[in-house]
Order: sequence, then C-alpha cells, then structure tokens
Amino acid sequence: MTNIGTIYKKEILSFFNSPVAYITIIVFLLINSWFFTSTFFLINQSDLRQLFSLAPLTFLFFVPAITMSLVAKEKNDGTLEFLTTMPISDTEIIVGKFLSAVSLLSTALLFTLIHFLTLMIVGTNIDIGSLISGYLGLIILGAAYTSIGIFASTITENQITSFIISFLIIFIFFILNKILILVPDFLTSIIQYISIDYHLSNISKGVIDTRNIIYFGSIITFFLMLSTRILEMRKWR
Amino acid sequence: MIKIENLSKSFGTVEAVKDVSFVVNDGEILGFLGPNGAGKTTTIRTITSYLAPTKGNVYINDLNVNDNPDEIRKQIGYLAEHNPLYDEMVVYDFLEFVANIRQIPAVDFKARLKDVTELCGLKKVIYRPIKELSKGFRQRVGLAQAIIHDPKILILDEPTTGLDPNQIVEIRGLIKALGKEKTVIISSHILQEIQATADRTIIINNGEIVADGTVEELMSSFKGHTMLELELKNANKEDIHNLTSINEDIKIDSVLENKNNIISKLEYPNNIDPREEIFNYALGKNWKILEMTRHKVSLEDIFRTLTVEGGENND
Repeated sequence: MTNIGTIYKKEILSFFNSPVAYITIIVFLLINSWFFTSTFFLINQSDLRQLFSLAPLTFLFFVPAITMSLVAKEKNDGTLEFLTTMPISDTEIIVGKFLSAVSLLSTALLFTLIHFLTLMIVGTNIDIGSLISGYLGLIILGAAYTSIGIFASTITENQITSFIISFLIIFIFFILNKILILVPDFLTSIIQYISIDYHLSNISKGVIDTRNIIYFGSIITFFLMLSTRILEMRKWR
Repeated sequence: MIKIENLSKSFGTVEAVKDVSFVVNDGEILGFLGPNGAGKTTTIRTITSYLAPTKGNVYINDLNVNDNPDEIRKQIGYLAEHNPLYDEMVVYDFLEFVANIRQIPAVDFKARLKDVTELCGLKKVIYRPIKELSKGFRQRVGLAQAIIHDPKILILDEPTTGLDPNQIVEIRGLIKALGKEKTVIISSHILQEIQATADRTIIINNGEIVADGTVEELMSSFKGHTMLELELKNANKEDIHNLTSINEDIKIDSVLENKNNIISKLEYPNNIDPREEIFNYALGKNWKILEMTRHKVSLEDIFRTLTVEGGENND
C-alpha cells in the first residue's frame, strides 16, 4: 500500500511539474464551459445536465491525453527498467499511476463547480442530489476511461500511438449504444449492456444502481489487470 | 552469493544467452566483459528479475530470483544500462522517491542521504533537476540511487559509458571503494575498466562464457604466445605466408598492404625465437625490414582472440 502511495505522489508531482497537465486542464475547461454556457440560457433550466452529457465526449480526448505518457514514456526513457527492478510489484505501479490520473481528472472536474456556483446565483429549484450523483458518475466514467488509457499506454512506447489506441477503444465503448439499430436483435441487449452510454445515462439522471457500479468496476478491474499482465510480459518476451 | 545455473534466454528465435553458469562469491568484484551484444545486459537483467530466464535458474543466497523477485530486489542495488533516471525530478526528490520505494524509514533517510551525497559527490547538485546535470553527475546520481539502501549486492551495467577520462577514473575509484564491503558485478566492453576494478573476470561472447578467472590466470593461460609485428618493403602478400616454412609453429594472424609496404602480425610460442630466421629469410628475398616489434600478450589480446576470432569461427 505504501508503495502505491509513493508512485501516486511521484506521478502527481510529475503531472504538475510539466506544463502538459495545466494545458490539458485548461483546454478541457474551456471546451466544456463553451458548450455548457452557450446553450445554458437557451434551455433555461437550473441543472448541469448539459455538462454531464457533454463530459463523456470531452473525456474522450482529455483522458487519453492524461494517460498516454504514464507507462509509454517510462518505456521510451528506459525508466521502466529502473522502476520494475525496485522492490515494488507491477500491480502497485499500475494502481498508483491509475489513481494519480483519476485525481488529476477529478481536479479538472473540481473547476467545473464554477458552473454550479453560477447556478446557485441565477437558478432556482436546484436538485443537489442529482448534481452529486452526476459528478460521481463523471468520476466513475473518467476512472473507467483512465483504466483503458493506461492499458493503451502499456502496449506501446510511443505516446501518440498510446493516445490513438486509447481514443479508439474508448470511442468503441462510446458509440456502441448509438449503433444499436444496425445490430441483429439477439445482440442488442448484450451490446447495450457493454456500452458506456447506457450505464452513464442512469447515473447522470441521479440514479445510482449497483448494476452500473458493477459495470464500471469490472471495466476498471479488467483493464488494470490486463495492463499489469502486459507489464509482466516483458519478462517472457 | 549469486549462483547462475544453466541460464538461457531467447528473444524469439535469437538466443541471447546460451547455457551460462557461474558463481559470484560474497565480497567479490566480478568483471563481466564482452563486446556489444554479447549477452551481458541480458544476463544482468535476469539477475535483477527484469527478465525471466527461458531456461535455467538464478539464485541469490539460495533464493530463486524468479520466485522471490521482491525479496531479491531489496538486496540488490542496480544501475541499469544507459542509467535511466526521471529527468524532470530534482536530485533530492528523486533520491527521496527511491528511499520511499526502498522503504527506508524517514529517520534513517537523512543519514543515508548524507552518506551517499558525500560518497558520490552530489552535494553541489542536490537541488538541481536531473535533466540539467552533466553526464558524470547523472552517473553519480545513478550510483547514489543504487546504494542508498546499503545493499549487499551491487550490479552495475556499463557504469562508465560516455564519461570523460577524469570522470571514469573517479567512478572507478568509487566502485573499488564500494567493492570493499559489497558483492559487485560490473559489466563493460572496456578492458581497462575491468582490469582496474575487478577481482575476477568473466568474458562472454555470443551468449557463451569463453573465459573465467582472475586477470593473472587469464594472462598466464595465454602467456605461451608472443606477437610479432613486421613492416616490410618490397615484399608481396603471398610470400609472407611462406614464413611459416621457417618454423611450423609460426601463425600468421594478419597481412595488410599499406602503400608499398606490407604490415603483418605473426604469433609464435614462447619457447622458440624465430626472429633471426625471419631476418635471414627477408634478406634472402631482398625484403627491407622497416620494423619488427615484439608484443607481450595483454588482456586486450586475450579479449580479441576470444571474442573476435571465436565469433568468426562460430559463424
């Protein structure tokens, strides 16, 4: 456990030591805010649903940008050899990196609370409960994306490749719910269950269902375990 | 004690290390010598459990490395090839990070940090980012991280690559000092390095051990031969090979043509001295001897004979 903390601390430090973290957070906030506020007054509803429905799309770019360097850069710089020959397990490395990326993501989300403040000032009848579950949903979604991003980062030495691969995998999960009409009938329920959208729409409506939690939990566990295995595979190649 | 037992490692169809066995005793500085691509780094990586052996086993103090990687890594200090470091980190933060992973208690960290900064001469750069350091200082940071937990075993993969001669001498001194109380494996493709630091030398070529012993042992096993370098005028290449008719123990290593002159290297056992005959032979042929130099066999020659010629024979 302490090792996970050590890795976590190191990753957080390196995020904020480089301009990349700041740039991605700022771009994320700018894009989110633009789309949010541009329709906010037209819809004339005091909720953040617009933000919550938009974030899965912005995360599609934002999360791979955060995760692309996590393992790929260490592979490229050779520091992975340094790290993996320390008395620390591959699982601890992956989990530490995962948690640090989720924290960075949450930090970025924290800044969107400014929209919440705007709501407090101009809005009436604010449903705090749905807001909290909405944010919770976004963090869980971000965590699932992050696990995919880390997986993509472990299979390549190149950060750009890592970005593209994680983008693609997340994109597939993202569009599954939108291509249901094209899918044979007997597959629809399966595909729908796999799609991220389906589970997220529940959460952002304010419904926290154990099925959704189990779904996101499985995605995270699956991809983190896969990443650990790939990291271990260096031994046997 | 490090025991390597019938270690083989393949990458796809390429066999990088073939059935290698050796033992490193406690307190010994072992020089691991071989040309680039001989399998040094692969062997070292299986000892540090970065790679798993395809066949065979590595034991450290009777613990199998592959089954107890965490336990083994605690006992090892490792400076990997090319010395990978987190460039964006400040030296102090980096060493603190290593100490945390090594689970050195915070109370002891201050004392350990003081020891290693003094030993490695890092005082001046302790608050500088690693990416701003010169190659020599980077190498010292790499050494410092390898010894911060005071390991019993120190494994250094090409620790002096890219350093200038002064830095090389410094790092070698440091390694020698550390070797007084630790088991050290130092790999290199540079002979002087091994000669200057190691108690025992293992020469590896094409994934196989070709020699194992102290420098003196290796020298004496090759002492039987003398090298003679000849530079001749008016000679031709074919005739040079007839020199073997003087004494059949003479071996011609190389014949080179340089402008009008021929430069040839001969080798013969120490119990004969054919220099006079060679002189007379040359006189008979009307060759002008411009130079005749006798070489004592050095570790360099042993290395060349074992790795270059051995390699050619294998192909």
